[in-house]
Amino acid sequence: MLKNYLKIAWAVLQRRKFFTFISLFGISFTLMVLMVVTSLFDHVFGPQMPERESDRLLFVNNLREQFKNDGMSSGPPSYYFLDRYVRSLKTPENISINSIFTTVNSYVNNKKLTLDLKFTDEAFWEILEFNFLEGRPFSAQEVANATRVAVINQNTRKSYFGDKEAVGQYIEVDQVKYKVIGVVKDVPALRLHSYADLWVPITLKSQDFKRTSLRGSYFATIKAKKASDVPKIKDEYGQMMQQLNKQVSKEDKEVHSYADNIFGTFARSFLGGGTKDKSTFLYMILAGAAFLFMLLPTINLVNINISRIMERSSEIGVRKAFGASSKTIIGQFVVENIFLTLLGGMLGFLISAGVLEIINNSGIIAYADLGLNLRVFAWGLLLCLVFGLVSGVYPAFKMSRLNAVEALKGGSK
Amino acid sequence: MIQLIDIEKVYRTKTIETVALHRVNLHVERGEFVSIMGPSGCGKSTLLNIMGLLDEPTSGHVAIDGQPVKTHSDSKLAKLRNEKIGFVFQSYHLIYDLSVVDNVELPLLYRNVSGSDRRKRALEALEKVGLSARTKHFPNQLSGGQRQRVAIARALAGNPEIILADEPTGNLDSVMGEEIMDILLRLNQEEGTTIVMVTHDENMALKTNRLIRFFDGQQVADSRVLEAQI
Repeated sequence: MLKNYLKIAWAVLQRRKFFTFISLFGISFTLMVLMVVTSLFDHVFGPQMPERESDRLLFVNNLREQFKNDGMSSGPPSYYFLDRYVRSLKTPENISINSIFTTVNSYVNNKKLTLDLKFTDEAFWEILEFNFLEGRPFSAQEVANATRVAVINQNTRKSYFGDKEAVGQYIEVDQVKYKVIGVVKDVPALRLHSYADLWVPITLKSQDFKRTSLRGSYFATIKAKKASDVPKIKDEYGQMMQQLNKQVSKEDKEVHSYADNIFGTFARSFLGGGTKDKSTFLYMILAGAAFLFMLLPTINLVNINISRIMERSSEIGVRKAFGASSKTIIGQFVVENIFLTLLGGMLGFLISAGVLEIINNSGIIAYADLGLNLRVFAWGLLLCLVFGLVSGVYPAFKMSRLNAVEALKGGSK
Repeated sequence: MIQLIDIEKVYRTKTIETVALHRVNLHVERGEFVSIMGPSGCGKSTLLNIMGLLDEPTSGHVAIDGQPVKTHSDSKLAKLRNEKIGFVFQSYHLIYDLSVVDNVELPLLYRNVSGSDRRKRALEALEKVGLSARTKHFPNQLSGGQRQRVAIARALAGNPEIILADEPTGNLDSVMGEEIMDILLRLNQEEGTTIVMVTHDENMALKTNRLIRFFDGQQVADSRVLEAQI
């Protein structure tokens, strides 16, 4: 039966080329936009290198001090807070403290090179899965000794050393020389917690360690032993914050900080902080936006489908006469429409691949490596099916209600 | 086989009420070849549509094999049409996007029949109407007579007990019309298929074994009743 449906769907597509073009254009363009957005979403929040095990990772990137006199201060926490309180957590497997990246300058062949530098500890390399092209990460010993060593990314190697090997050579940034001990594959700039052009031991910034304020310019990356430990870590983090609040209450303030997964950190900052995890809410907003974006082309496709199916009223009459129930007719037209949207989806997929390649090469997002992986493909497929179902069910239902005699009169040939 | 009891069919618009059928009582026996004649607009096709469960009467009952169908659901009516009835229309109503053999397979699509069995039965039906050489053609590559033969093969493919034919020769010249009539007569005589045919052609009607005449939505003559009276 399916083969018969597909045969007729294909024949109808070929018969009305203009309708087919309009439908396919609408579907493929809509899906292309959605797939590019999905790919971008996956790129920022998905389990990508070096944050591949994202279901075991939590990030601390904000601390809010709420003063009793209504004043408020919010931003990255300090090394002191992360070292003294966050590192005291017992549930995690590992905790890294690393700075937010700072822009530094370097000169090569009298040309200025602007680089993003991040101070990290050795745990940073244990928690995150960087792809080392050369050398190694810095060790605990090198961190303890504040050795001037650096791991650089592929792009910095190319800009600074050309095509030569970089390990063992020196790179000078802001008049400080570092020995290159490793080269890693570029990390996209949207991966805020791991991205940099250059990573150096955190102890080289030890002047920050003495400051006892809670706000500063550091992040923590926490790795759970297993994904199921994540809620326990969040609970322990909450308890630790309660303890801290008891201590700071005499300073007439409250302190709020959370350990969230990557999407959670974004949701919390995007939706204005707050005590609750806003991931679900943000997911709903994004799903709503996608729905609204799809609504117009869907209505358009519904109209096109109605006129398309109306032309086939005689066929509906014949099918009913020979034993198709209304349900079967709905099934047929929905299958046909899903076939059409899958075709549009395939086209949309090809166009998306082109658009993503253009974005990757444009430099709009530094080190972007947007692509259509299996996850994006699965989402794209799901979007196609939803699109096909939504735009096909109503016209199919409407036409299935046609009286067989009227349907037969409608299109006699 | 098919029983129509006190059938009324009225079409209503906001301003006009048209009586298409008035108090029709008719019993078609198994194995009969019944022709229905009457002027245009007298309700012949409406009657055939009601017999074929494609349309509902305004009042009265239809029974197939003694079972009233009034309370049947859409799915149950579809199943009955699929298993018991085959239709042949004046304007063929073939699906022009499908090949001849795919058209003929149509009734079997709505049954649990495997693809290979469907194809086998469709080819057998095409052989019966002498179109084995045209299975891969599309309807618009065939003549009117050939199209009607495809339509008959489609009606036969499901091996129905009843064939309802609405002016099957109406769009054909006399030679092709004769060919189609011969096929229907052969089906009735050799395979015992019950056939009800609406026609304007007196010569065709006289070849059947029962002739019913309609006028203004009413049954005005039935050759079987007349024979019984003589």
